[in-house]
Amino acid sequence: MNWRGNALKFCDVAGLPALEPFVRLLAGEDVKEQLKGIAKFVVLPVAAVAVFLLLWSAAARTVVTDSMQLPSPTDTWTAGKELFAMHSAQRAEDLKVKQEKTMQAVTLLAQANSVTKQAESATGERKETLLANALVLKKKAVQAANYRPSSAPTFVDQIITSLKTVFVGFAIATLIAVPIGVLCGMSPWCNAALTPFIQIFKPVSPLAWLPLAFLIIVWAYSGTKPGENFFDKAFLISAITVSLCSLWPTLVNTTLGVASVDKDYMNVARVLKLSWSQQLFKIILPASLPLMFAGLRISLGVGWMVLIAADMLAQNPGLGKFVWDEFQNGSSQTYARIAFSVIIIGLIGLLLDRIMIFMRNLVSFGDPQAA
Amino acid sequence: MSVAVLDRPRSKAIARPAPPDPLISMRAVCKGYGSGVTRNEVLSNINLNLRKGEFLAIVGFSGSGKTTLTKLLAGLEIPDSGEIVMDNEIIKGPSQERGIVFQNYSLLPWLTVRGNIALSVDRVFKHWSRGERRDHVEKFIEMVGLSHAVHRRPHELSGGMRQRVSLARTLAMKPNVLLLDEPLSALDALTRSVLQEEILKIWEEERQTCLLITNDVDEAILLADRIVPLNPGPNASLGPAFSVELERPRDKTALNHNETFKGLRNAVTNYLVAVRQKSRDDEALASEAPPIELPELQPRSLRVPRGRAG
Ligand SMILES: Nc1ncnc2c1ncn2[C@@H]1O[C@H](COP(=O)(O)OP(=O)(O)O)[C@@H](O)[C@H]1O
Ligand SMILES: [Mg+2]
Repeated sequence: MNWRGNALKFCDVAGLPALEPFVRLLAGEDVKEQLKGIAKFVVLPVAAVAVFLLLWSAAARTVVTDSMQLPSPTDTWTAGKELFAMHSAQRAEDLKVKQEKTMQAVTLLAQANSVTKQAESATGERKETLLANALVLKKKAVQAANYRPSSAPTFVDQIITSLKTVFVGFAIATLIAVPIGVLCGMSPWCNAALTPFIQIFKPVSPLAWLPLAFLIIVWAYSGTKPGENFFDKAFLISAITVSLCSLWPTLVNTTLGVASVDKDYMNVARVLKLSWSQQLFKIILPASLPLMFAGLRISLGVGWMVLIAADMLAQNPGLGKFVWDEFQNGSSQTYARIAFSVIIIGLIGLLLDRIMIFMRNLVSFGDPQAA
Repeated sequence: MSVAVLDRPRSKAIARPAPPDPLISMRAVCKGYGSGVTRNEVLSNINLNLRKGEFLAIVGFSGSGKTTLTKLLAGLEIPDSGEIVMDNEIIKGPSQERGIVFQNYSLLPWLTVRGNIALSVDRVFKHWSRGERRDHVEKFIEMVGLSHAVHRRPHELSGGMRQRVSLARTLAMKPNVLLLDEPLSALDALTRSVLQEEILKIWEEERQTCLLITNDVDEAILLADRIVPLNPGPNASLGPAFSVELERPRDKTALNHNETFKGLRNAVTNYLVAVRQKSRDDEALASEAPPIELPELQPRSLRVPRGRAG
């Protein structure tokens, strides 16, 4: 296929219809038709955003109290730039300290080496003192080399923590939901047994789950010291709350996908006398992937939404906590920063959604769906 | 209304050798779906002998139970009563000896042309070496003329090409019996006639026992040795067999002017029209209510057509 076909296929699979008219225009297809496409997918959204910004500015001038004010778009933008500038400054600072520490480590190691050499030529008690000194110096060098800057997390750090949390939670949810979903889809008995649980727990809000997640984590961590654990407690509480909430769409969709595998495909499997595992891996799973991914997409969306609330409550260092802390601190920048976080949270949610659509379309041959 | 055609057609007095032993026989087979009030009797008292090496065509209106009959023969469905015997053994489930080409292709959309064919070859000839299996797959891809499209997935193929893949997938299993369930019904007339000739060519080389389901009388006469009509359901039973006394290899264009061909076509068509009229009359008599003329329509598939939805 030529480049144009490939590019159009990519637009289709990636769920990016906005790019299609440009590709067609480059290829020299009917200009009027393409301009219409551009107007619909590019000009119109841009205009809508512009109108929104105007309304927002107007609102910012109206919603004013003695101590607070709705931040205007420009305020928000400035606050956002500042947050990123603070992040870069912090990083530069950390890097400088780190370099200093590395230099220190190098000098300490050199000293240790020279002391060891001296010890080789010395004898008796003096030799032992020298060796002990060398050991102390080496330990200090290792400490300096392993130095981790312990500055407060910046906005970008919070974003990264949030993403980590949501992915861990989402991964746990997937690992639980997909096997159970496959089981329920294959066995109507299993499905009948689990349906009551699914229907009762599915609509429960994260705020209700959180204390239970807290309880489980505290129980699991009882008797260990804070430094010994691989994961932070608050991190795990957030992640597990995310899992508990994002489990259900994947579970329900996987069940549906597996249960509704085309009967004809199963007939093919029966004529070929595929074994049970071959049926599962060669027919049932591939056939149910599109629905499974549709479920995963909803799950990730739910997970990201829930995470912000969970972060706030569990005090896990993430975007939710950032918003909460800003709200509590109440500086002049507070509301602009919160508004900026809202936009960033939305953009990240959008990006995650797009990625899932892309994956879904990759596995649903001949049946890609935008949006 | 002529009922005379319902009688067994007077067979021409030709001295024929005794028919070869049946490979598969269906004896007093009945099949229905559902239970209780939703019970739907589809086939009743089906007796059919499929002889070794013969090409048998079954013609019938849609909804009369042709697919059900094929599935019974394939072993995908089990008769409610009666038995189906192959080589003195009752058919209890599907087997690789009986290859079936499904009405709607049933290609796996996530596999390429080669992948779809390789799936059956790898399974049926698992004792072969990897190279042998690959060559076997290539041979059948070439046989149906799809060498240029081996890497495409079903949604990138036309209907005719999909049917070729489906055919190659089944032929590559080297089945003793070939069951073709309306393989060409969903295709346009041109593609259809091209594929008819290809099926004919392939079959004349291998001469495996073949059962073709079709709703096209011309197609049945062109391909088959014997034509058996399936009466309209419910409780469909088989009609009398029509022998096709035409020399092989057959040529489609030449047949159009052949008197035997024309006579046979009229006989089969008249029979089908008559049985349908009879079944409608019976239905009208059975129900006190005035007969309602139902349109000759039946949904074939309730699935959303593949392709971009919206
Ligand atoms: N799996 C099934 N469950 C219930 N009814 C069925 C099933 N398969 C077919 N039928 C019914 O059996 C009848 C015959 O169907 P089918 O064998 O597909 O006919 P044909 O292939 O001749 O069009 C139809 O009325 C159809 O509704
Ligand atoms: Mg059918």
